[in-house]
Amino acid sequence: MPQIEQLSETLTSQVFWLLVFFGLTFVLVGLGMVPKILGTVELRDNQIAGDLAAAQAARDAATGEEEAWRTRENANRAAAQALIGEAKAKAAAASAARLAAAQGKLDTQLAEAEAAIAAARSSAMAEIEGVAADAARDIVARVAGANIKAATAKAAVKKVMAHG
Amino acid sequence: MKQFTIEPLLGSDWQLGDGISIAFTNSALWMAITAVLVWVFVAGGMKRQLVPGRWQMAVETMTGFIDDLLEANVGKAGRKYVPYIFTLFMFILFGNLLGLVPVGLIPGLHAFTFTSHFTATGVLAIMSFSIVLIVGFWKHGPHFFSLFWPANTPWFLAAPISLIELVSFMVRPFSLALRLFVAMMAGHVLLKVLASFVIAGGGAGLGLGVLVGVPSFVLMVAISALEILVAGIQAYVFALLTSLYINDAENLH
Repeated sequence: MPQIEQLSETLTSQVFWLLVFFGLTFVLVGLGMVPKILGTVELRDNQIAGDLAAAQAARDAATGEEEAWRTRENANRAAAQALIGEAKAKAAAASAARLAAAQGKLDTQLAEAEAAIAAARSSAMAEIEGVAADAARDIVARVAGANIKAATAKAAVKKVMAHG
Repeated sequence: MKQFTIEPLLGSDWQLGDGISIAFTNSALWMAITAVLVWVFVAGGMKRQLVPGRWQMAVETMTGFIDDLLEANVGKAGRKYVPYIFTLFMFILFGNLLGLVPVGLIPGLHAFTFTSHFTATGVLAIMSFSIVLIVGFWKHGPHFFSLFWPANTPWFLAAPISLIELVSFMVRPFSLALRLFVAMMAGHVLLKVLASFVIAGGGAGLGLGVLVGVPSFVLMVAISALEILVAGIQAYVFALLTSLYINDAENLH
């Protein structure tokens, strides 16, 4: 086994060159490069974490904004609803008043008209009685040749008309 | 066993002080290639883009893997060990994998797995163990010895248990070094034995070639896949155990 056979003649050379090349690697790579590479990785991790945090913050802000907008919108809607209700109530009251006024006017007109009709009817009735009494007198004068008084004819007509 | 032989390539007479040979060997060459490839791999992920490309993604996956490993085993305090554990993991992983690259297909070149030498894995293990000792005594002082004293145990039980704990603690660098060395060497030896079966079976004629050579070759393919897995697992185990030992030193019970 050369490892043992050559031990005494190669030991110092092996130790020396291993220390030289391992030492060089340790100084140049281990101390010189590895911390920078780890730093790069950490920088990247931090950046990713920062970006994620920023995105989360933006999302939270957007959610808050939306919440505020929603409450504002709800308040606006409620206010609008109240305004509409008020206007509706006002309009209803106004139309009710106008309706009442119109109703009153109509009622009076109706009453007047009825009164006029009644008056017209009674006057027409009186005229008809007059005409009927004249006609009855004429008929009696022509048929019976008797000349009756107007009052009598009128009474007779009234009696017949009352019987209907 | 030639694949484990260390041969000087350059400066076979280079010395540190008196008699301490530091010849640049094929083992050192493959350590250098490993170091360069780890550097190239990680440097390719240094674009530091916000949206990573494939290469950057691969590098960040590896660093993130070690980061998570230490976070899970040591906690927040484990962050400062990421450079060391990452270097350890990548160095062992690339060393293991490079030993499996069939560069031997090119004449004159020979792959060499420096992690199949306990001299190399031993240095790595001793480094990890030293970090545990230094951190432990630095943070807790003499109180670090309470690592061996199980809490809420009667003294007549705690005494033998602390002895066992001490032994298991002292064995850690050896188990760490030997595990990696044995796993890498065993895999390469197994492939070598099977390859010799293929060659010998093929040389012994058609009948034996089909009977021995072909199944051995199929097994070699399967074991090569297994070796790639083992290369990753052993690097992971080394890093994991080191981080567990560091946890003992960081968060003393």
